[in-house]
Amino acid sequence: MPSNAPAPLLDVRELSVSFRSRGRMIPVVERVSFTLHEGEILGLVGESGSGKSVTAMALMGLIDTPGVQISGSVLFQGHELVGMGQRQLRRLRGSRIAMIFQDPMTAFTPVYTVGWQIDEQILAHERVSRKQARARTITLLGDMGVPDPARTADSYPHQLSGGMRQRAMIAMALSCNPALLIADEPTTALDVTVQAQILDLMRNLRTTYGSAVLLITHDMGVVAETCDNTFVLYSGRMAETGPTSAVFARPGHPYTAALLASIPPMDGPRPHRLPAIAGLPPAPLERPAGCAFAPRCSYAHAACLPAPPPALVRVGTAHQAACVLPLEGTPLTPSVMGRDAA
Amino acid sequence: MTGQAVPLMPETRPAAATPLLSATDLRKTYALPHGRTLHAVDGVSIDVMPGEVLGLVGESGCGKSTLGRSLIRLAEPSSGRIVFDGRDITTLPERTLRPLRQQMQMVFQDSYASLNPRRRIGDLLAEPLRVHKKPGGQKWTSAAIAARQTELMDLVGLGHQALERYPHEFSGGQRQRINIARALALSPRLIVADEPVSALDVSVQAQIVNLFADLQDHLGLTYVFVAHDLAVVRQISTRVAVMYLGAIVEIGETDAVLHRPAHPYTLALTQAVPRPVPGEHRPTPLRGDVPSPISRPAGCRFHTRCPIAQDRCKVEEPALRTIGPGQDVACHYPNHWAD
Ligand SMILES: Nc1ncnc2c1ncn2[C@@H]1O[C@H](COP(=O)(O)OP(=O)(O)OP(=O)(O)O)[C@@H](O)[C@H]1O
Ligand SMILES: Nc1ncnc2c1ncn2[C@@H]1O[C@H](COP(=O)(O)OP(=O)(O)OP(=O)(O)O)[C@@H](O)[C@H]1O
Ligand code: SF4
Ligand code: SF4
Ligand SMILES: [Mg+2]
Ligand SMILES: [Mg+2]
Repeated sequence: MPSNAPAPLLDVRELSVSFRSRGRMIPVVERVSFTLHEGEILGLVGESGSGKSVTAMALMGLIDTPGVQISGSVLFQGHELVGMGQRQLRRLRGSRIAMIFQDPMTAFTPVYTVGWQIDEQILAHERVSRKQARARTITLLGDMGVPDPARTADSYPHQLSGGMRQRAMIAMALSCNPALLIADEPTTALDVTVQAQILDLMRNLRTTYGSAVLLITHDMGVVAETCDNTFVLYSGRMAETGPTSAVFARPGHPYTAALLASIPPMDGPRPHRLPAIAGLPPAPLERPAGCAFAPRCSYAHAACLPAPPPALVRVGTAHQAACVLPLEGTPLTPSVMGRDAA
Repeated sequence: MTGQAVPLMPETRPAAATPLLSATDLRKTYALPHGRTLHAVDGVSIDVMPGEVLGLVGESGCGKSTLGRSLIRLAEPSSGRIVFDGRDITTLPERTLRPLRQQMQMVFQDSYASLNPRRRIGDLLAEPLRVHKKPGGQKWTSAAIAARQTELMDLVGLGHQALERYPHEFSGGQRQRINIARALALSPRLIVADEPVSALDVSVQAQIVNLFADLQDHLGLTYVFVAHDLAVVRQISTRVAVMYLGAIVEIGETDAVLHRPAHPYTLALTQAVPRPVPGEHRPTPLRGDVPSPISRPAGCRFHTRCPIAQDRCKVEEPALRTIGPGQDVACHYPNHWAD
């Protein structure tokens, strides 16, 4: 890295997570590396089970399953989080790092009003009066586009619609001005018109709050509209990473290309059939020694099969793909991308 | 995948102008505590033409599932009329309805919940065959059932080895294939598919959408395809109906409705779909949430969120009316698109 570039807010190096099951170690996330800078929105995409949530939970020290093995390094504002004590981690999570989930009901206790719960969050980290905390809560809810924020603050979680609860949860997450917000599928349970409102809000966070966001989703459309950079996970391994515009316009990994091709288009001509990817991603224990995508890849050849899995190679400015093709000089041709299920 | 498929039903289809299924002023209400009433389906009239794929879209709670189920009397409508293949089935007793049930099948979103986990796939497929008779009136023999099981597995792209296995041994996409096979067992003419791909990842979703399309091509099926994903609906449907708070606010040819939406809600809905194209400008999203179907707004049901609402919209409910070839809309001030 050039010396004049600012140090990243979050620097994840070779993060691996394995769970113990029936006496065996299951490598769920393998050697994942990425950086996140101040004010950046990074999209972490991948299909169900690819390890998105485990990655996020691991870097926040939230996995306490017995027998879990976490290795690698997670530097946050220069502090190593892997191996950090739970007390210190908890303090960090309350103040500098915040997390929001798909289901806002998990963030709120049903028996207190949402306003009271946001007040508590503020009071836990700042020396202010309850009255001052409530004023902040109302401002925050207003900033999140909640109509009549004072009344909403006095509502119980179940009295709010899904979209309103999601806003209240984001307000609570932002109450201590976190440097980093991790959002795990924050709009997946919402309708598209409400999703559009929440994504608008996320985009504005960096200007109003200066927060960096790690946005986890399986929706390529959400990434395209919201994220500066994109990071594609396939079966627990990194497939591709780079500026969103480059990843979508010139995917360097056949999986990314095939995934993009399989999305039914909203505009332009309708294909007679969708170019689907045959088969399924492998389960962690069935992951091939070489490239994990090889069993489904229409470019797979001898070089893809032996261990270790292909390393990330440069395919453009700040754009990398874990595939042997770029080094072999083979470009991806759209026509052969994506075969259909047999 | 279905290259070897053979048509499973006679080639005789009703004349194109006669709907296969026709609903008139269909309503479904639920009684709630404190004497309140929820209008889940609030006066829907709709024709499903033979061989078409009618996509049903709208946001959570707008009544898509209730309408889909009511159309084939899996839910009892509160009022209205349903005609299937020229026959009024609105109040047919279950016994008389049974032979017609074979012709109307349903596929659900939750592929796991709809399959009994303790039964092998083969049994799950045989079950409807044992309950119903063949179209000619004879019973299904064991040999006929065995042949049919294999044929169905072929149709949905699973090998016959699958027949010996249990639901939990399959992925979500494979289980959805099994559900589809089961719905096809009795050679139905109409399939109501309720969010059949919503729980699947995109790469698998594409496989199942293609399967639906292939089956329709090969078997001449008619679908009512319920989904909240507009792109999926656009891919599969010949016509699209847009629902809002229990009513159809726009219906017409897929391209007309999705590319030249006349209703402000349809327009907002199509614009809100995130496109996988970075840097595209997105218009200001619609404000607010969908109101509760318990206290739906008077006048136009969309007026509380409509960016172009006028005073008239608050009092006068717009009726569904034809505004162009193959496009009906319920709005006092529909968009007109210059070609
Ligand atoms: N505590 C755990 N013990 C064992 N395995 C686990 C544990 N948590 C997650 N896994 C496994 O790790 C894999 C990755 O799970 P993860 O939840 O990260 O996927 P994801 O990408 O977030 O998927 P989704 O899109 O469905 O949320 C899955 O196979 C899951 O079963
Ligand atoms: N058995 C029931 N009792 C009371 N209300 C019901 C019942 N079933 C559905 N509803 C209500 O009827 C309305 C329409 O529900 P329905 O399930 O048809 O919507 P939907 O469009 O399919 O929604 P989704 O996209 O969430 O599946 C909702 O407000 C729902 O809460
Ligand atoms: S390494 Fe080989 S199998 Fe893997 S994505 Fe590249 S071409 Fe396909
Ligand atoms: S009738 Fe009025 S409120 Fe309703 S959609 Fe049309 S313009 Fe909007
Ligand atoms: Mg997850
Ligand atoms: Mg539904």
